[in-house]
Amino acid sequence: MTALAAEGRMVARTARRMRRTGALGLSGWTAVGALVLIVLIAAVGPLLNSVDPNAVSLSEAYQNPSAAHLLGTDANGRDLFARLVDGSRTALTGPFLVVLVSTILGTSLALAAVWFGGWFDQVSVRVMDAVFAFPGLLLAILATALFGSGLTAAVAALSIAYIPYIGRIVRSAALRERNLPYVAALRVQGVHGVLISLKHILPNISGLIVANATLAFGFALMDLAGLSFIGLGVQAPTPDWGAMVGTGMSGILQGFPDEALFASALIVITVAAVNVLGDRLTERSEALS
Amino acid sequence: MTAMSLLSVDSLTVKLPVAGEMRTVLKDVSFELEPGKALGLVGESGSGKSMTVRTIARLLPPGADVTGHVRFDGTEVFDLRGEALRKYRAGDVSMIFQDARAHTNPVRRIGDFLTEALCTNQRMPKKQAEARAVELLAEVGIHNPEQRLRQYPHELSGGLLQRVMIAAAVAVKPRLILADEPTTALDVTTQAEVMVILKRMQSEYGMAMLFITHDLELASSVCDDTIVFYAGQVVERQQASRLHRDPLHPYTAALVRARPEIERRAGRLPALPGHPTTAYEAPDGCAFAPRCAFAQDACRVSVPPLLRIGEQGDSRCVRMPELHGSLLAAAGTTQEVTP
Repeated sequence: MTALAAEGRMVARTARRMRRTGALGLSGWTAVGALVLIVLIAAVGPLLNSVDPNAVSLSEAYQNPSAAHLLGTDANGRDLFARLVDGSRTALTGPFLVVLVSTILGTSLALAAVWFGGWFDQVSVRVMDAVFAFPGLLLAILATALFGSGLTAAVAALSIAYIPYIGRIVRSAALRERNLPYVAALRVQGVHGVLISLKHILPNISGLIVANATLAFGFALMDLAGLSFIGLGVQAPTPDWGAMVGTGMSGILQGFPDEALFASALIVITVAAVNVLGDRLTERSEALS
Repeated sequence: MTAMSLLSVDSLTVKLPVAGEMRTVLKDVSFELEPGKALGLVGESGSGKSMTVRTIARLLPPGADVTGHVRFDGTEVFDLRGEALRKYRAGDVSMIFQDARAHTNPVRRIGDFLTEALCTNQRMPKKQAEARAVELLAEVGIHNPEQRLRQYPHELSGGLLQRVMIAAAVAVKPRLILADEPTTALDVTTQAEVMVILKRMQSEYGMAMLFITHDLELASSVCDDTIVFYAGQVVERQQASRLHRDPLHPYTAALVRARPEIERRAGRLPALPGHPTTAYEAPDGCAFAPRCAFAQDACRVSVPPLLRIGEQGDSRCVRMPELHGSLLAAAGTTQEVTP
């Protein structure tokens, strides 16, 4: 009993120390490890594939794992392992582009709003609130309806839908930073507002931006996988995790759940790792500020 | 108003939005500052000294309501917009803050801090700006300046960092230095060193200076003239060296008497009854009347004007003509302090 309590106290103490020092901790580093592995697979995996992920062989449909097909085959007899490895590229590229574009646009808008203040700030806050009111997925579906199915329209729509997520957080952090005395000192030195925003405020809140961009990556991956799942995102025959969950659905009913299962597992692992890392980074940026 | 003055503040009134209402923080403040002269601003916390300086640097919070004029070299400071305002701040005025540590970006090196304004505003090449920074640090009495340039603010002591601030403020050779209690956060010996450096830089570069302090002695040793603030108003202006010998306002007299002096043995120092008021809470009539040992009914009727007292200075006390010269002696009869 007492040993358990002592251990509990020790765990709590370690957690407190981590929060204070901003260390990533075991969970954070595990997440980093998982993500490095996944990114590595996406980067070099497709080059090492010995089987063409799009090679159809109807006679080999729904095979169980074997030496020839490491994870078996799908309804069209395509090698699942090759498709999962190849699909990691589309699965990661989409969210990466969404996060990149929305972070750059959201951060720029927030910094400009904070610096200029007044009506510009008011208007940009209202616009961000308005965009925030639309679910990202809905905007993406709308975009695919207008511009046709595919990754491009979905990524563009999600990039805009994610601007408020980043923008609102950056705005509040930048506002806090802007009111610190050192910014007044820089202003009275006649340093240009653009320079103060980019060289002083932005670096000092960058930890928070990276943390939130990481979290947004997880959400974007889910949204894009969802879109591909319902057939509006990545189009056949290009392999993609979300699309594979969708096509694997019919297999589940016939007793071959492998395709949907493996693809889902990869999505879950990636999103979980990204979220854990995002949380640790958020704690870290709070501990260090 | 003389044509000579570098800075002219004329009937400046500032109101700030606090909790949904506009509160007066400065009331009808007027003074002149000639090039190369040092003007001391003394008064207790909340009396409007800092607000005056912040107004001149255009660092008021948003929503502030300003009437009156602040003219720098004939230009209306509140008409400056955008690029003109930036030029004014970059080249004409510099500010030294009380808390040097809070006023430096903690994650930038001393070198970046010193060279930033030189590189961006004067388009000086990086190498040349660094050489100038080394020169400046040496001028403010910092040894091994090259090494200091590579250090971060947290690696420097408060006194050293304040010297860096002074170096940064004079780097662009401004015509006016705004020093907002530059030594209050330092211990007494460091304070003396920093003050000597600031004063020397001011006279070497021929800069005018507005110097805020609580310390009447310091003001008299550093400044040519001193103005005394009470409740957002100027209550007295005269030569700094005469201020504590021949005050022109009962408030100044009370302040002078409340200090210990090294030559004079004193028992209990007479404290000022009551508590300081802000411009917002000030009563009708003279703001100091409720605490003044000399107050009469006439004092409570209307705000007294700033009166010229001979050649000596100005006073915002209606009884000054009769009381002049007897304030320090007569104040001995002041009432007992009621806590």
